[in-house]
Amino acid sequence: MKTPHIFMQHDAIIDLIDGMVHLLRHQLDDREITDPALIGIHTGGAWIARELHGRLACPDPLGLLDISFYRDDFTRIGVNPQVRPSQIDFDVEGRDIVLVDDVIQSGRTIRAAMNEIFDFGRPASILLVNLIERSGRQLPIQPDVVGLRVPLQPHEHIRLQGPEQLTLEVTHRDSVD
Amino acid sequence: MARHEHNNIQLDAEGRLRHFLSIEGLDRELLTRILDTAESFAALPGRPVKKVPALRGRVITNLFFETSTRTRTTFELAAKRLSADVLNFNVSTSATAKGETLLDTLRNIEAMHSEMFIVRHSQSGAAHFIARHAAPGVSVINAGDGRHAHPTQAMLDMFTIRRHKGDFTPLRVAIVGDVLHSRVARSQILALNTLGVTEVRVIGPHTLIPTEARTLGVHVYHDLDEGLREVDVVIMLRLQKERMDGALLPSEEEYFRLYGLTNERLERARPDAIVMHPGPMNRGVEMDSEVADGPRSVILQQVSYGIAVRMAVMSMCIQTHAESPA
Repeated sequence: MKTPHIFMQHDAIIDLIDGMVHLLRHQLDDREITDPALIGIHTGGAWIARELHGRLACPDPLGLLDISFYRDDFTRIGVNPQVRPSQIDFDVEGRDIVLVDDVIQSGRTIRAAMNEIFDFGRPASILLVNLIERSGRQLPIQPDVVGLRVPLQPHEHIRLQGPEQLTLEVTHRDSVD
Repeated sequence: MARHEHNNIQLDAEGRLRHFLSIEGLDRELLTRILDTAESFAALPGRPVKKVPALRGRVITNLFFETSTRTRTTFELAAKRLSADVLNFNVSTSATAKGETLLDTLRNIEAMHSEMFIVRHSQSGAAHFIARHAAPGVSVINAGDGRHAHPTQAMLDMFTIRRHKGDFTPLRVAIVGDVLHSRVARSQILALNTLGVTEVRVIGPHTLIPTEARTLGVHVYHDLDEGLREVDVVIMLRLQKERMDGALLPSEEEYFRLYGLTNERLERARPDAIVMHPGPMNRGVEMDSEVADGPRSVILQQVSYGIAVRMAVMSMCIQTHAESPA
């Protein structure tokens, strides 16, 4: 793996988030959702969700998901060493959920996250928000709101660093896992 | 430290947990990781669906050569909450009685594609023996072997302590009672010292404290009132009646008079001290009901946390095998 290069700095990411709030409000209005509840996926998704949560002024506490034990490749790749408890302090049953992650690539993380959400209750709907959409989808899962579509090669890897100063970094991988 | 890594059958070449047989040779970082992983599972009982799909399709076998209801049940529930399939072999009533050797039993269950054995045996070292002879890719977890070790019980006790006290470093912990026959006490002492508590005390009659106790890094007390002074955690041990062959005690009444925990005696501990017991508890022998059911008792929480800690150990072991196939 080579040294990462900075793809985007904090201020530009915040601009993207402001744009996403606008798009998300539009989507919620279209679906006549007045009372959405936000859930962010550890770790990068939670940082983005926190920003959205403040801007949308949601009354419910932000939900946090660690999907480690829901991954379809759990016994092939290993738990993230910093596995944290998932925490959803509102009733998921019948709610309109806004699910937030930093980057969507294969779609497997979102599948795992939706499986976990359903173990908390049956939501009325789930709307997917991603800061970055990139190529490499392996499942039929598409975001509803995207901050930026980034054309990347299969060997390129994009990663959000944070949480105070958000930065997007791109690295070139020797092999694709 | 490097020597440990090479000699410790519990770890793979990269220091990840492969089997869980004893606290011995595991460092603070690894014990902390077990506790951190267990935190994720401790929240599950609050959800409508109390399980995760992590070990879906995997087979885990309870291999119990010694009867136990509680431990077997919590391991079974832990495996099921990880979505694994569970086989229960009560070997004393099974093939061994018909003359099959331990290794033949093992091979047979391996042929059923079991990837993990949870072993309880009355002989010390039994789980290590099975781990040494298990097929590559099979994990062994010690659910109690003779007087040697009961590491998952010790870790659930550590989890309970951390949940109530936060940091281990300032704590004084007293382990009271039959230390001699207790595999739990040995594992607890190792875990507490590895996690860096200020002091571990063992309290009990001369006949029930092993002579080598001091070499384990503990302070020995024979007077309960003196030993309880200023402690943050009191761990009461069960009087192991079934393991006592000699006349080590005058009577249960006498034992309670000297070493039974009462509210009055608990006054000597710190005001926020918690009281633990690995169960099953003999009321009126190790402790008074008013303590067992009182506000400082965390005994029932220990049982709930036991499931989370066992889930953590199981998922970590199976994952290590998945990542580094032998």
